[in-house]
Amino acid sequence: MTAVSIKDLEIQFGSVKVLQNLNLDIASGEFIVLLGSSGCGKSTLLNSIAGLIDVHGGKILIGDKDMTHAEPKDRGIGMVFQSYALYPQTTVEGNLTFGLRMAKLPKDEIERRVARVSDMLQIKPYLKRRPAALSGGQRQRVAIGRALVRDADVYLFDEPLSNLDAKLRAELRVELKTLHEDIGKTMIYVTHDQVEAMTLATRIAVMQNGVIQQLASPEEIYNRPANLFVADFIGSPAMNFLSGTLGAVGERVEFRLKDGHVLDVSAYPFAKRPSAPMEAILGIRPEHLAISPREGLLPLDMAVNVIETMGADTVIWGTCGAEKISVRVNSELKLNPPRGSMLKLGFSLGSASLFSAADGLRL
Amino acid sequence: MAQRQEKNIARFGVYAFLVIMAAFFLMPLYVMVATSLKTMDEVRGSSIFAFPLRPTLEAWATAWNSACTGLTCAGVSVGFFNSLKIMIPSTFLSIMLGAVTGYALSFWRPKGAGVIFAVLVVAAFIPYQVFIYPLVRVLSQVGLYNSLGGIIMVHVIFGLPIMVLMFRNYYAGLPRDLFSAARVDGGGFWDIFFRLMLPLSPPIMIVAVILQSTHIWNDFLFGLVFAGSDNRPMTVLLNNIVNTTQGEKAYNVDMAATILTALVPLVIYLASGRWFVRGIAAGAVKG
Ligand SMILES: Nc1ncnc2c1ncn2[C@@H]1O[C@H](COP(=O)(O)OP(=O)(O)OP(=O)(O)O)[C@@H](O)[C@H]1O
Ligand SMILES: [Mg+2]
Repeated sequence: MTAVSIKDLEIQFGSVKVLQNLNLDIASGEFIVLLGSSGCGKSTLLNSIAGLIDVHGGKILIGDKDMTHAEPKDRGIGMVFQSYALYPQTTVEGNLTFGLRMAKLPKDEIERRVARVSDMLQIKPYLKRRPAALSGGQRQRVAIGRALVRDADVYLFDEPLSNLDAKLRAELRVELKTLHEDIGKTMIYVTHDQVEAMTLATRIAVMQNGVIQQLASPEEIYNRPANLFVADFIGSPAMNFLSGTLGAVGERVEFRLKDGHVLDVSAYPFAKRPSAPMEAILGIRPEHLAISPREGLLPLDMAVNVIETMGADTVIWGTCGAEKISVRVNSELKLNPPRGSMLKLGFSLGSASLFSAADGLRL
Repeated sequence: MAQRQEKNIARFGVYAFLVIMAAFFLMPLYVMVATSLKTMDEVRGSSIFAFPLRPTLEAWATAWNSACTGLTCAGVSVGFFNSLKIMIPSTFLSIMLGAVTGYALSFWRPKGAGVIFAVLVVAAFIPYQVFIYPLVRVLSQVGLYNSLGGIIMVHVIFGLPIMVLMFRNYYAGLPRDLFSAARVDGGGFWDIFFRLMLPLSPPIMIVAVILQSTHIWNDFLFGLVFAGSDNRPMTVLLNNIVNTTQGEKAYNVDMAATILTALVPLVIYLASGRWFVRGIAAGAVKG
């Protein structure tokens, strides 16, 4: 069953089209993360699902019902805002029960739901406090609780953790994942933090300029990015890109780097084997480059530039030909190659990606 | 050491200046109070700055219930109650209408909200004397001219632009997510207004109450033109008392009547001054 289905959605502010022909199908129980840089339209998409902004074209189905123009309260959704948006004039309990009281639910039902949610989120001790007297993490728990008491089918989160410090963010991230596993409801979650996306999502929708670039599982997005944008956006440090020419030589397919170096890429799982020579870009993640090439790996040479130690990992920056690349190695190796020295690197085709230089799509 | 001394001298200068300014502004008030406590004999015989020798509240009593305005001699008390009857509903209605309109304009943004707002801004700055004649015609057409309902309506209409401006700006300073959250929580137009926005409004509400109530209490022109002889507000009665020329001018009664008339705004200012400043400051930070 589809929980949310978006068809040819179009949204504009004035004459600016923020979303165009956007399609997205979300199955019941999924945890979808909308990931993208600032201003790409993530909140706009989420708000349109919530019914908080006007839709100019297309359709939004929630639970197979057309909700394109329905009021927010009739959509069966709960929402958590980045700014928490707790009602400041009332207590935590008042916040949790605000919607239930308006819906005129019976008193004992309200009490039952508040008890359940405040147990689940461990906010019992603060029920009588006002939001102003809570810490950021406690406020965000209350905001999540306020969405949960609504007993919705779909929960929407707009960057709920971005105002918290790194440690708390990691804690709440785990709590959210557990929560999703416990209640099994559909969740749509906006963030620009790729760690949150990779850890929480069952599927990630990577967005750019109002267009979904790729919708796939975190593994797929990480290992087989659909285009250059996704490849570049996911991963830290970013994927290394080497440009060159791809061409078939008899049975073999060769990738000729700018510096004349030739790699045999016949074993790459091409979607369609290239026949005519074409400009292409080879993408390799820094963590997929091996420092001591073993048999069977494709070789690359790198001139060392800077070394960055980052705790468990060390990143070595340098150049391959004229192009900047980085290698991520385990700090245990205690590597400290001098500046300007050459490193022999190796990589396996299975973890590499090839993109067409013309349109940036994966080959 | 020298520095501290310098500082003390500077401070002394500041205080001296403040005391002189305060005295300057308090002088008229002192003259009024002093005169109102004298008998007419004493008023005639002494300087206006002289302290009353045998203070008496006689003039106050006369001013309150037996000073003459033309033919009737019932003091300003009639006007006091008339003014209350005008002020309370006018203040309440103009504030509630201003709050609802400001809320609708800043959160629901109906089509044409921008135009409505622009019109209000302009309207707030047009001298209202311009509207008096047309309004007289309109009100007499609908039978509200010279009635309590009519004067209340006039005050509400003229108070509305500034009230809408104030509330709109206040609400525009509240986070929009609050409104969105309340909509997801199932709130409609009135639910959100009464359960969320009004409880968040006390800072601006206090400013609005002070502005409107003192403004309406102090009004003279509208009261004179629109209220009709049964509902003349205190300011109009005061004017009539002071200008009634029969025999000797009773300065002590005039002063007492004037103080009585000014008492309500004075009390409002004194009682709420603290909140007033706080409300304006809150508006400034949030808006
Ligand atoms: N009310 C509005 N009026 C005009 N333009 C808007 C409005 N809201 C958003 N936009 C524009 O729409 C685009 C998408 O905005 P949106 O808020 O969806 O971005 P986002 O992906 O959520 O970014 P962020 O990560 O910064 O929250 C932006 O270019 C923004 O300027
Ligand atoms: Mg956003």
